[in-house]
Amino acid sequence: MSNPSDDVNRLRRNLLIGTVAAGGVAGVAAAVPFVESMEPSERAKALGAPVEVDLSGIAPGERLTVEWRGKPVWVLRRTSEQIASVAKSDTLVVDPSVRQGQQPTDLNGNKLRSEKPDIFVCVGVCTHLGCSPSYQPEMDRFYCPCHGSKFDLAGRVYKGVPAPLNLEVPSYKYLSENKILIYADDKGT
Amino acid sequence: MAAVQQNVNTGGLLGWIDARFPLSKLWREHLSEYYAPKNFNFWYYFGSLALLVLVMQIVTGIFLTMHYKADATQAFASVEYIMREVPFGWLIRYMHSTGASAFFIVVYCHMFRGMMYGSYQKPRELIWIFGVIIFLSLMGEAFFGYLLPWGQMSFWGAQVIVNLFGAVPVIGPDLGIWIRGDYVISDATLNRFFAFHVIALPLVLLGLVAAHVLALHEVGSNNPDGIEIKKQKDPKTGIPLDGIPFHPYYTVKDTFGVAVFLFVFAAVLFFAPDLGGYFLEENNFIPANPMQTPPHIAPVWYFTPFYSVLRAVPPMMESQFPGVACMGLSVLAFFFLPWLDRSPVKSIRYRSTPYKWWLAVFVVSLFVLGYLGTKPTDVWGRFADALPIVGGQDRATWAARVFSIAYFLFFLLMPWYTRRGVTKPEPQRVT
Amino acid sequence: MNKSILKKILGVPALAALACGATAQEGRLDHAPISAVDAASLQAGARTFVNYCMNCHSAQLVRYNQLERIGLTEEQIKANLLFTGTKVGDMMKVAADPRDERAWFGNAPPDLSLEARSRGVDWIYTYLRSFYRDSTTVTGWNNTVFPNVAMPNVLWQLQGVRDARVEIVKDEGEERRELELLAPQGGQMTPAEFDKTVTDLVNFMQWMSEPHALERHQLGYYVLIGLAILVLLTYLLKAAYWRDVH
Repeated sequence: MSNPSDDVNRLRRNLLIGTVAAGGVAGVAAAVPFVESMEPSERAKALGAPVEVDLSGIAPGERLTVEWRGKPVWVLRRTSEQIASVAKSDTLVVDPSVRQGQQPTDLNGNKLRSEKPDIFVCVGVCTHLGCSPSYQPEMDRFYCPCHGSKFDLAGRVYKGVPAPLNLEVPSYKYLSENKILIYADDKGT
Repeated sequence: MAAVQQNVNTGGLLGWIDARFPLSKLWREHLSEYYAPKNFNFWYYFGSLALLVLVMQIVTGIFLTMHYKADATQAFASVEYIMREVPFGWLIRYMHSTGASAFFIVVYCHMFRGMMYGSYQKPRELIWIFGVIIFLSLMGEAFFGYLLPWGQMSFWGAQVIVNLFGAVPVIGPDLGIWIRGDYVISDATLNRFFAFHVIALPLVLLGLVAAHVLALHEVGSNNPDGIEIKKQKDPKTGIPLDGIPFHPYYTVKDTFGVAVFLFVFAAVLFFAPDLGGYFLEENNFIPANPMQTPPHIAPVWYFTPFYSVLRAVPPMMESQFPGVACMGLSVLAFFFLPWLDRSPVKSIRYRSTPYKWWLAVFVVSLFVLGYLGTKPTDVWGRFADALPIVGGQDRATWAARVFSIAYFLFFLLMPWYTRRGVTKPEPQRVT
Repeated sequence: MNKSILKKILGVPALAALACGATAQEGRLDHAPISAVDAASLQAGARTFVNYCMNCHSAQLVRYNQLERIGLTEEQIKANLLFTGTKVGDMMKVAADPRDERAWFGNAPPDLSLEARSRGVDWIYTYLRSFYRDSTTVTGWNNTVFPNVAMPNVLWQLQGVRDARVEIVKDEGEERRELELLAPQGGQMTPAEFDKTVTDLVNFMQWMSEPHALERHQLGYYVLIGLAILVLLTYLLKAAYWRDVH
């Protein structure tokens, strides 16, 4: 085997670099469809479509659970006593002034964490490890049976429990006096 | 550990690995110091292309399995779900379907190279045997995979082929039930074919391909002149005079082959994935209906030559089994080539004229039988009366019988005609 | 010898592509002049499909909101194409149970999501325009492309009513009964308008059978250009290395 001259060597190296670079680009381009195919499909996105909830059937103190994106979402019509209890639990919760980013930005600082004081909407999934807490109106709170986390009736997490964050409030809007639409800003949950 | 290490990183790392795993040794033995003949031509691209397609089918297959549902009530819809609703699902599906046909084109070319240059002759018989088993496994893999979309062709094609096994004397009907897991092609059949297609046969194929390449590297590659390059070695280095290291010469050349292949592959995939109904059959866009057979069933194009042989053989002694046996033999015949071929020269370049004619007969028979297998038997009309001896009124059946006989004669007469005729003298060095 | 073998191998796919133009049907099929990029045609076809076909046929592999890809907005889909109670994220299903349909019609009207891929657009185009009056059938209609079909002529008000005349034709010593379709009478549309309506419908059905077809072509151009560059580069690389092999 003869030894190639320096010119040939340089040509080889340049072509090698160029081809490997082009091949690398092609490789990344080829990988994109495969990676993308693992994103939510049209069916998953359709099932994650906004959910309309009719409020007229909810009695005061009653909690309705609807499914949204495979998760339980609670719609609670708070009584005036329950609304008052939220103010009383200021000293018990980690984030009394609602500074954690667990709600739509226009609700930041809103202690009742809702558009209107009586209707409270939140995702019923404990921020510890994902169980769904139970509703304990007699104790003015939500209580998670898995590891004992507690949340007040505005979904604010108590001090001294495993869960670190308040219950999430999804984006929702009033379509009319008695109908709300729960949706996402397409950032997922 | 050395006191002074120049390249601590790579040299050290490679040394660490080499002390525990024969990485550099494998690299040298199979790539940088594997000396291949320098005269490889167009026909020698297809081995690496076959490996490429195998990898591609496995990768696209994995991603399809993420969304496919192997259940008779959901399978068809799940394939359309992939086509319509999974991001780029259509692209992955078409890669897999085009890849299946591409696999057979590549493998057929690869096998034909072996036939042209006598690559199956001693000492490479075992490479050839592994290869024929790979071919059989590939046919099985394609057959199992074809049921998965659960279309009309999937269902009825599987029904017909499994019934072929039912034609085996004595054990046939029980064998058919055992294969199907039911009395007809059903959900049970679909699920087990899924297991075979996704796990069992891919593992078998990977193992066989490894064995195939190892056997090749043990003996060294053949070449278009059919001469053994190891017979002429450099006295000082022991390297074959006509040999060049596989890496970088053939790694670089095969990359070019891959680029050209991918170009043709992409042209088909993006602009004609159905390829006129040969790569994706129209009837398979209809969900399987056990109550109604489509008017024309044909196997996928890559099985049609052998299917033609099956159809050409008439029932004998009230059994379809002779036809089934002939079809099986038409595939298994390849096994015996190393021992049927008695020619002293390997490559067609130096073979006798009778051999070249017979090879041409083989190729033409293959294409004619392949074409006929895609069509109903009345495609060429009918004779006025049934023909004597050969029988049959359909002209196409007559042609299929003639060409089936020609096909088998290529193999059966080979021990005779490879000893006849004048061969040209083989060169000492490659040309 | 090798070159001729090469030609044979390259010739087969070409032959195959030529050989498989029409689907396996007796008789000539009219060519449907569809254009996959004509959004107006696709939208008109969608409307015809929903209004005339979806009384009996579903397209259950197609999601309503996918119609945004032929240029309709979500509001337009909701206003014009949805039945009451369906949502824009639902599949295009019909209310009837297939078992009921089989009892009523003899055969359940097939789902049409993939009809254009299994039958071909030319077949459907010719079929929809080849109905004729036949008092001997259950529906009172028959069809030259699909004899004794269980489907009635749902488009008769647009096309008008056709009759067929029987002709005896001698062919290779065999006698064949051939039907000649007479001109339609009393339709709301002229033949040209009706052909356009059916063309749009068939265009839409082609879209339904493969919604990503256009994307496939567009991506294909870019991929082929990229691969052509790779072919060139790898060739040059190979040549550079092989210069010293003789």
